Amino acid sequence: MTETSYKTRAERPPLISVAGALPWLIATLFLVLMPVIFPSNSALTIMNQMAITIVFALAYNMLLGQGGMLSFGHAVFMGVGGFMCVHIMNYVEDFELPLPLPLLPVFGGLFGMGLALIVGAFSTRKAGTVFAMISLGVGELIAACSVIIVAFFGGEEGVSGDRTYGLPVFGIEFLHQIEVYYLTAFWLILSALLMYLFSRTPIGRMANAVRDNPERAEFLGYSARWVRFYSFVASGFFAGVAGGLFAINYEILTEENLNLAQSGAILLVTFLGGVGVFFGPIIGAIVFTLLQSVLSLQTEIWQLYLGMLFVLTVMYFPGGLAGVIMMHVIPLRLGKAHLLVMPYIRTLIPAAVGILGLAAVLEILFHIRHAALGDEEMTLFWTTFDSHSPIPLVIAIVAMVAGFWLAKRGAPGLAEAWHRANTPDGVKA
Amino acid sequence: MDLILVNLIDGLVTGLLLFMLSAGLTLIFSMMGVLNFAHASFYMLGAYFAYQVSVYLGFWMGLLIAPPLVGVLGALVERYGLRRVHQYGHVPELIFTFGLALLIEEVVQFIWGKDQMPYAIPEILNFTAFAIAGNSIPAYKVFMIFISVAIFIALLYVLTRTRVGMIIQAALTYPRTVEALGHNVPLVFMGVFGVGTALAGVAGVIAGPVLSTFPGMAVVLGSIVFVTIVIGGLGSLWGALVASLLIGWIITFAKSYNIRMEDILTGIGIEKPADLSESLIRDLWTVTSPQIADILPYLLMVLILVFRPYGLFGKRDA
Repeated sequence: MTETSYKTRAERPPLISVAGALPWLIATLFLVLMPVIFPSNSALTIMNQMAITIVFALAYNMLLGQGGMLSFGHAVFMGVGGFMCVHIMNYVEDFELPLPLPLLPVFGGLFGMGLALIVGAFSTRKAGTVFAMISLGVGELIAACSVIIVAFFGGEEGVSGDRTYGLPVFGIEFLHQIEVYYLTAFWLILSALLMYLFSRTPIGRMANAVRDNPERAEFLGYSARWVRFYSFVASGFFAGVAGGLFAINYEILTEENLNLAQSGAILLVTFLGGVGVFFGPIIGAIVFTLLQSVLSLQTEIWQLYLGMLFVLTVMYFPGGLAGVIMMHVIPLRLGKAHLLVMPYIRTLIPAAVGILGLAAVLEILFHIRHAALGDEEMTLFWTTFDSHSPIPLVIAIVAMVAGFWLAKRGAPGLAEAWHRANTPDGVKA
Repeated sequence: MDLILVNLIDGLVTGLLLFMLSAGLTLIFSMMGVLNFAHASFYMLGAYFAYQVSVYLGFWMGLLIAPPLVGVLGALVERYGLRRVHQYGHVPELIFTFGLALLIEEVVQFIWGKDQMPYAIPEILNFTAFAIAGNSIPAYKVFMIFISVAIFIALLYVLTRTRVGMIIQAALTYPRTVEALGHNVPLVFMGVFGVGTALAGVAGVIAGPVLSTFPGMAVVLGSIVFVTIVIGGLGSLWGALVASLLIGWIITFAKSYNIRMEDILTGIGIEKPADLSESLIRDLWTVTSPQIADILPYLLMVLILVFRPYGLFGKRDA
């Protein structure tokens, strides 16, 4: 009896199980089918961008989420990998070397990793503020170098290449967007899987331990510094892969791929998605890219909305979108999720009205302040009106105030329902 | 010789301006252990507020009204934003201030647009104070030096000679004991945050007319301010002063003396290759000091962090 129970405990879960592989198979199927559902070129462009952002965000989360290292200069690794790939593209074209294009991201990864080896050698000694500051300094340094070292970074106009060089691979020349999409999707799945497996290895687990309590990890005999270093190098590799994919997709890299704005954007994407869960950055990248491409067509002040969303997320939902999703696992397991439906409807619909009202107020004010002189007509929510007359503004303000007021009134009910849904039966609340 | 004097004055102006930002930042850091990424954004708000006031009431009222406004805003951010995020730890705090910096930039663009504001030096200060060997020093620069030095002395006096300063210093090291003695430590934190951001606001008000008031002004100065306090040692006021002046002078001198890499390399006996156009290191030969002036502080910071992680004057590891 004791022996059997001992045996079952000692048995390690199999590396590949059906339940574990299922999400990956679904994701693969999904990626294969996406171009069939959305065959237009603009959709493919957005999806490519999404895939690259996902790889980069996952790589970034290896630092922030799994290793507890906040970097303000991670775009550098993606950028340098990308720059290197463009150079290799041109080199292969000039000398007609037999290097097939699909292998290019490997080189991007290797160069990103090489740079991470150098930077990580001194930056990973400490986590926290010191690490953040060094990453900022190195990031700014390399971004500023890009204007000076013209031979490598191409100065202001950047470096460009041509992906349709050389031999076709199995008859594919990567002329069409769809071919690039499948190449990107292949690398997305491969790198996401590798990054996931990395997080399951002992070194990936130790990264979590060092994040939570470096002192205790050191007492267990692990060097916190080297654990951080390995995560950093691995993250540099995958950032470089993302850079290689970027190079293939856009065929040009500029200073913009290296600077602080880019590094900040990936921090925003990763945090919005949620740093605590592996799939968080994936959600973040998808939502961010969609917001970026859809919202920026609709409004000029989309970055203002994004900034608000980001600050509010940090303040109220430090777990990000994935954190919000994961919060519902317990009610679902208890079979009490239905308790939440009505309170959600009662709070979220007024809140949505309030948010739309707020957006309308901001849009009207923005139009009043910045539209060309004499242009007093604006279109908002499919209605055209005179932005300088007070009526639309009053309507928007009323909608905003009423929405938020109703949402606030529904909040206690929601909190109570939430509490009940999270309490198992038989436990006195 | 005369040129050196002119550069010394120019570097002093830049350095003191940096100091006004880094003083507040380093004070906030030593109290709450959080690096306020949005500090330079408050500097930008100072410039914009002062411009808006100066449109109606003139420059001097702007100088008087804008910094307290910025300070109140900063205190509100501490009270309702930072204090909430504090429970999640230092990294989310840093991320919060980073997001705040983005948000403030967007809000400024929302209200004032993307163009540069016509915020100008007041007429009364628009003359040449004196000239050194044909290089005129504008009166406004003298005014900037005067204001920054006055603020530094006032800050030093308040921190070391008054009761409030004593409480602040005590709260830096033993917040719990100070709280037990009956002082409202969270209020002290809020006050320090407010005063720190108000100082950044003052810097914005007086720098706005010379460095131009535009939505990117926070980004331009933001990272340099960080670099300054890291070099000086996090939490050290004297370190912030020394590092600010050091950086001010390094940038000014590198920009005004055109030192070319080519001269240095041939000076130490390396032959210049005949044909540079194909060489991979051609940029190394053509680099000049004005080109790299702006990245010298970052280089210095990385070196400092590698070899002396607590900065020039810092007592503790961050």
